[in-house]
Amino acid sequence: MADPPRTPLSVREQPPGKGAPAPALPARRQDDLRRYLPGVEPERQLTDWGRSERVESLLDRTLVEFYYRYWFRAEVEGIENVPAGGGALLVSNHSGALPPDAVMIGKALREEHPHPRPLNITVEHFFKGYPGLSMLIPKIGCVAAHPANVHRLLYDEQQLVLVFPEGRKGSEKLYKDRYQLRRFGRGGFVEAAMRAQVPIVPVCVVGAEEAQPIFAQLKLLKKLTGLLYVPLTPTFPHLGPLGMLGYLPAKFKLRFLEPIHFDDEGMHEDKGLVQTTAHEVRARIQDGLFDMVSKRESVWFG
Amino acid sequence: MPSQRILITGLSTYWGGRLAQALEADPSIDAIIGVDNEEPSVELERTEYVKVGTQHALLRRVVDAAEIDTVVDTRLVVDSATTSSRKAHENNVIGTMNILAACSGADSTVRKVVFKSSSYFYGSGQDDPAFFDESMGRPHPPRTPIERDILEAEASVAEFADTSPSVNVTVLRFANVLGPRVRTSHIELFSLPAVPMILGFDPRYQFVHEDDVVHALEHATQRQLPGVYNVAADGVLALTEVAGLLGKPYAPILPPWGTGIAAGVMRRIGLNFPSEMLAQLRFGRGLDNRRYKAAGFEYGYTSREAVLALAEHLRLHPLLRSSAEPYRYEREVEEFLRWSPNVRNGTRRPAPVSGQARGAGLTAGPPVDHYDDLRPDEIISLISSLEPEALRALREYENGHHGRAAVIEAIDSAVARSQASGGAPGA
Repeated sequence: MADPPRTPLSVREQPPGKGAPAPALPARRQDDLRRYLPGVEPERQLTDWGRSERVESLLDRTLVEFYYRYWFRAEVEGIENVPAGGGALLVSNHSGALPPDAVMIGKALREEHPHPRPLNITVEHFFKGYPGLSMLIPKIGCVAAHPANVHRLLYDEQQLVLVFPEGRKGSEKLYKDRYQLRRFGRGGFVEAAMRAQVPIVPVCVVGAEEAQPIFAQLKLLKKLTGLLYVPLTPTFPHLGPLGMLGYLPAKFKLRFLEPIHFDDEGMHEDKGLVQTTAHEVRARIQDGLFDMVSKRESVWFG
Repeated sequence: MPSQRILITGLSTYWGGRLAQALEADPSIDAIIGVDNEEPSVELERTEYVKVGTQHALLRRVVDAAEIDTVVDTRLVVDSATTSSRKAHENNVIGTMNILAACSGADSTVRKVVFKSSSYFYGSGQDDPAFFDESMGRPHPPRTPIERDILEAEASVAEFADTSPSVNVTVLRFANVLGPRVRTSHIELFSLPAVPMILGFDPRYQFVHEDDVVHALEHATQRQLPGVYNVAADGVLALTEVAGLLGKPYAPILPPWGTGIAAGVMRRIGLNFPSEMLAQLRFGRGLDNRRYKAAGFEYGYTSREAVLALAEHLRLHPLLRSSAEPYRYEREVEEFLRWSPNVRNGTRRPAPVSGQARGAGLTAGPPVDHYDDLRPDEIISLISSLEPEALRALREYENGHHGRAAVIEAIDSAVARSQASGGAPGA
């Protein structure tokens, strides 16, 4: 029996230093609604997503700056793999009880990229329902991981989106499982990138596992607080909620891998291709992690 | 075929009245007929009002007799504070069903139905997308009676559209309406000295200005736009941002847990939080408004501008309240003006006598409500909007009661200005 024809997975090499040119998008639908996106009102301090430049830059100049530069001493390679224009989906491994990786990736883009762009971090719907967190989370550039949200950001607004396909399976895993990638969801992130016809940029983060090792999950406290999970870390919960920010000074290394491009229309409808690509992305990140960990001489000094 | 014979249901609602006024200006429309169970609340020139029961059971005869080609349904109740849930259900579900029944049938003359719906269709939930588009349903079934009604009404409209392919059915889902004349529960909350919130939540809100609502209905009436469209102005604001634009502090008076119970207590002391509003105060809602824009509609206001317009109204309302006289429908007068052979000059009406001008010179009381509570700078900002005769009365009153030199000077210069620009001095 002949296999149905499959769209080939095109993995195009990008010359370093040259941002991927946004491919000429064919008219995908009769009614391309992108030109009807609302304009920016300069008087406003929030975007339509609820993002606040004021809150973000305040945190960026203080807490994030401190952790990025002095505490984790982050080292970045391959930043040129993040395109300077157009949408792109960043896919990363995920770890740490209050994961510092997302913020560090965002900071790396602002600090090291020739064209710094805001990064949209996808988070669980849970945060929208938790008092206090629901006020803060959108202000610093997090959006709920809804397929429609990701598509609007990638395709309509041509922005950068960071996803953690491991989800909370990644951030709640224990120290003994460090750098072992969990299952990559159901490949929804690949579908999103293919539908929006934007590249996927795999990202490897080393250091977050040691910065906040999780020794156990506290089931009872989780029930009492209604949080997603309550981990036992070196500083939490015995030092109170601020103990969540008590990271150990592990050396952070971030590596942006070569982008994977999806130029053909309708690729997202091929479920087999979506799964294959998801495995491929996962394998690349896993290989990158093992490579970085094996080259590392010290957890604390790199 | 353009609409020429239009039937508006819900004429006495704010929207029905405004839409009829707007359509009256279009000379290509032959007939505008409005039905409702209450009398119209706005002044209309050539719209005919027919009183019908809440269930609109006899509507078929009106439609057939007048050979209506377009039905605009503006009567949906979307705010449970305005009526009891049973009346709302009667109106929203049974009424819609009967109106659609009056439009269906092989021999029906109706070619277009415009249905005013609400973004409460989507609800507000934790796992909502940030922007609902028209193809999305709500992730969870509704919990409040009003939302259930809206879903049921829309379901019957969708069924009607399926079974009547020759009829152009447009459904408009409106975001929360703001404006100086319309009254909604949200506007009531925004009129409080502080904007109430649920502790720990800053929901995203999208609004639409009342004028844009009328224009959107008019737009759909004049064109062939089958399908569902979101009508919401550009810009999604956080509630704290709304409070900032209104110039008010925000007060997280509702607890994050047990919100419904607390809202019940608040209701006792006069703070009305309708049940369908609580989810929105928690999770908010954003709409993708691009489809209607692609259909050629242009908004006059962004969400931010709609809030600013409301803010200005709330600031000036205590001052200007006296100038408007509410319209009262009197059947005999309306019939005389429309049908009597003795009416010579067509549809022209005698200009309504302004309550301000009439009462200004006679009463000993202040010419403007709450005048004595106003600060001088507030009075001065108000002066430019007054007629010369009202100014004169104001000057007399100020002279006799307060005698503030700055105010009198401002009045004098305003009078001089109006005379210099050829304004006729009043009687």
